[in-house]
This record gives sequence, structure tokens and C-alpha cells, in this order.
Amino acid sequence: MPTNEYAAELSRAGANVGGRWSAALFLARRYPLGALGAVIMTVFVFAALFAEFLTHHDPLSTNSAMSLAPPGAGYWMGADNFGRDVYSRIVFGARISLAVGIGSTTLGCLFGVTLGLLSGYLSGWVDLLIQRIIDMMQALPLLVLALVMSAALGPSLQNTIIAIAIPLIPYVARVIRANTLALREQPFVEAARAIGMSDLRIALRHVLPNTLAPLIVLATAQLGSTILVEASLSFLGLGIPEPFPSWGRMLSESAAEYVRVAPWLVIFPGIAISLVVFGTNLLGDAVRDLLDPRQRT
Amino acid sequence: MATYLVRRLVLMLLTLFGISVIIFTLLRIVPGNVVDILFDAAGFVDPADKAKLEAELGLDKSIPLQYVAWIGSLAKGDLGYSYVSEKPALAEILPRIPITARLAGMALTFAILIGVPLGVISAVKQNTKLDYALRLISLSGLSMPAFWLGLLILMAFVATTNSFPIYSAAPKSFWQSLLMYAVPAAAVGFRSSALMMRLTRSSMLEVLRQDYIRTARSKGATENSVNYRHALRNAMLPVVTVIGMEAAFLIGGLIVTETVFNIPGVARFLVEAIRWRDYPIVQNLVMFVAVIVVTVNFAVDMLYAVLDPRIKYSK
Repeated sequence: MPTNEYAAELSRAGANVGGRWSAALFLARRYPLGALGAVIMTVFVFAALFAEFLTHHDPLSTNSAMSLAPPGAGYWMGADNFGRDVYSRIVFGARISLAVGIGSTTLGCLFGVTLGLLSGYLSGWVDLLIQRIIDMMQALPLLVLALVMSAALGPSLQNTIIAIAIPLIPYVARVIRANTLALREQPFVEAARAIGMSDLRIALRHVLPNTLAPLIVLATAQLGSTILVEASLSFLGLGIPEPFPSWGRMLSESAAEYVRVAPWLVIFPGIAISLVVFGTNLLGDAVRDLLDPRQRT
Repeated sequence: MATYLVRRLVLMLLTLFGISVIIFTLLRIVPGNVVDILFDAAGFVDPADKAKLEAELGLDKSIPLQYVAWIGSLAKGDLGYSYVSEKPALAEILPRIPITARLAGMALTFAILIGVPLGVISAVKQNTKLDYALRLISLSGLSMPAFWLGLLILMAFVATTNSFPIYSAAPKSFWQSLLMYAVPAAAVGFRSSALMMRLTRSSMLEVLRQDYIRTARSKGATENSVNYRHALRNAMLPVVTVIGMEAAFLIGGLIVTETVFNIPGVARFLVEAIRWRDYPIVQNLVMFVAVIVVTVNFAVDMLYAVLDPRIKYSK
């Protein structure tokens, strides 16, 4: 279904495109900012996958002789107080940001879709109960809930992913529920019910695929915020534990001191976080314009 | 309207009750309590002492009993004692509230003053170079972590004036406090203004496509009159709802910004209390946050009905 919409969208836009490459080129021209976002994300994923080949220093090995070394030959972005190479830590840090971003978005969407589908399709008391739980979860700011969760679970990569996924669930569930409510009144769902299809089968085979477009839009939009929340949690010392090179952790609370003595320790990790989140936001906007024409601005 | 109000209030209380249960349980499934942390720090200590302290703090009782004790005293206005400072939790929390409230108020004002006009300009000049530039700025504002923006501002101060505007002592005069809060408030407010601008823009675009805008134009109203008298007034409605969202968004920014600028407000206090497993402080502060968010959203809903005569809560 999404591929059909995509082809229809292209022809509606007047594109005379043959292969995949010319389609990509057409989209890039039509959504230049989205294309920029896609390029940033590609670089980011590339850095995460091939970190070993892109760096000379081990991100974890300390070297007291190089403590707080300013950027220069060998240490392009300088070294931190333990003499660890900032550049290597940023490249390897892409892995953590990517793992947390994709991990918690997927986990949050999985639970959110299940709850939203149940709530919208079954309605009645199930809907009422799920709605109340969602209200409760949404009354707490994302960062506060993630803080309490990660304190409750303890600091580790896995727990950070869970802690960030949980506040995402209500947002996803809301969108999926609203879509499900609209879809269940559609003639094709009625037809499926008329020929005696089971509720489960209708929900999974007919309703779920049609909620895919808003889900993709939401997931790309949330990817950036999960990366930001991870950075904030690690900055506050409650996310990814040392010695893992998390970008947020690199900017830990002593950063206010580094502002005076070693600004490179503040500048580079911050650029990395902002650039990646910027990339996901640009991409998210373009994906929304492409898949959800109603929200197009 | 009255019945709707009552129904909303009851729902609000139910939501808060649910949150209190969730928070309480979450904080107690953690392995190790404050007694463990204190005793670990002190090295080997008599287990009898430990049990005595646990009994004193009520940590030896079952979780449901602890919950009932908490809600019971909360209803009486007693928030318990901080495990760490051994002062009443209320005495720890109350003096920090005005600090954060002032910061939040300034940040919100900053966000509205910057975000709304820029959003209008961006919508009116849709698809021009100015629109693209403003959208890129707001998008980069949303992409920057609030704490990094704070650090960059500190860096700029060090480089240009060689001063370091972090909180060191309580401000003595009104002007001194204004100066001290202005920098962190701008750091928090910039992100919020970016969100405000994006939402104002899309809401404004929606309104500009309406029939009555075309009517206003065709009857010869000036461009400014159309944009500000006809469009903006209607576009502000969804923006008002956003203030509810802003409240939650702002709190996240305050937590990290207070940490960067060393401001002794409630938001930073929450992080410290979480680190120390200071349950009475954490659970009361999280409840406080929930009360604020729920109340703001409730107020926004009511305000919405006042601002938009089309909306009537009759049910």
C-alpha cells in the first residue's frame, strides 16, 4: 500500500521517472531540506557502522600525558581529562545514539501500536482504561518520566532504551487510536466484517497496514527526540554509564568547568548531537510532507 | 458547562491518583534504598542499626502500607522528611519554587514574544527565502540540546566579557536577579520559541486558506488587517493549546538548564533527589510536576471555550 501511494504521489507531482535512482533524484529536488537530512543521517549511520575504520585511537584507552590536550595533530578534536581522543569517542558515540534512538523508538512504537489498536478497535471499557493510563503517562514531561524510569531501572544501555521508550508509548498510542477509529468506519472494514472475518484478522490485516503512514511520520519525528533525551539523561549522569562514549555523557556536569579550560570538550559533542537531531528533524518533515499530505504546510 | 467542569475535575483527580500509584511503585522496585546507600558509604555498620533506621523511615513496611502512609500524610499537608538533609520535605521544596517559577515565567514570555511574531511572518511569507531561513533557525533550535545551548552561552560570556554568569549567591536587588535569570531563561526560552514558531506558522497557514480570509481580501481589507485582525486571532486558538504542551516541554529544559547554570531551583533539586534516592522529595516533586501539567492543561481547555465561541462544553 505505501508503495502505491508513493508511485501515485510521484505521478501526481508530474514526475516522469523510470528507475529508483531517478525517483530519488526527483524527491531530492522536490524536498531539498529532506535530502540534506537524509545525507546527514547516512553519514551518521556510516560512522556508527564503520567506527573502527574511521578512527586511530581507542575511544576508551586513557593517556595521562595527553590529558586535556587541545585539538592538534593526532588528536583532531583534542583529548578529555583522561587523555581519551574526543574524535574517536564522538565516532563511537554515534553507535550509542543510534542504538538508543532506533531501539527506544521501535520499542515505544511496538507497545504504542498495540495499545492504540486495542483501544481504537475494541472501544468500550478497554478503550476507557487505556485512555486513562495514557492520560496519566502524558501528564509527566518526557524527561521527568525518563529520569524516574532510568533511576528505577539503573544505568545501562538496555535500561536507558527502556526508560526512553516508555514515555513514547502514549504519543504513538494516541495517533494510532485516532486513525483506527476513523478506519473502522470505512466501507472496506465493514465489508470484511460482513464476510465474517474475525476482529483480530481485520485489525491486523486491514486496519494496521493503513496506520503505517502516520506511524512512519511519527517514528521519524520521535527519533530525534529520543536521541535528545538520551543525551540529557547521560548529561545528568543517569543514562549511559562510564566509560561508554555517549555524547551526552561527554558533556557531563563538569562541562561548565571545561567551558573555561577546554572548550573543545564542549563544542564537538554538542555539534554531533545537534547535527544528528537536525538531520532527523529535516528528514521527519520531508517524510511527513510526502506521506501525510493533509498536514502539508 | 458546570457538569462538564465537575466531570473534568473528577477525571483530573483520578489521573493524579493513578500517577501517584505509578511513581510510588516505580521508586520502590529499585534495588537498594537510601539506607543501603548511606550504609555503603560508611563501610561496615551494625545490621541492628540499619534495621532501626529502616524502621524509623518506615521502609520496613510493605509497599501498599507505605503508600497509604504517604497519601494519608499528603492529605494533611505533611510531605514527610528528606532522608538526606533530615529537614521537612516541604521546607526543602517551598523556597526553591519561586526560583524556578521566575525562570519558567521569563522563558515562556521570551518564547511567546519571539515565537509568535516570527511564526506569523514565516506563514505570511510562505515559501520565500525569509520563510526558509526562519524555518531552518527554528528547526535548529529544536535540534540543540538545551544544556548545550546553555554551555555555548556561558562560553560566549567567557570569551567576550570574561565573566561567568552562573548562580553563585542569592541576588540582592531586583535588577541583579533579572540579570541572573535572563541568561538561563533565554537558553530555555529559545527552544520553546522554536516550537511556538513552528506551531504558529502551521496554524496560521491553515487559517489563511479559509474562505473568510478570501472574503476579507475581496472586500478590500488591507494586507495587514487581513493578517492580524482576521487571521492571527483565529490562528491563536490552537497556539493557546500549545501552551499546555509547552509547560511539559519547558520543565524538561529547566531541569538541564538549572543544572548548567547552577541555579538552586526545584528542577535541579529533582535530579539531585533522584540520585540520592530521597523518596519523600522525589515522589512529592514528581507529583508537583504532574499537578502543574494537569492543571495547566485543564486551564487551557477552559480558556479555549472562552476564546472560541464555537466551542461549548454542554455534555
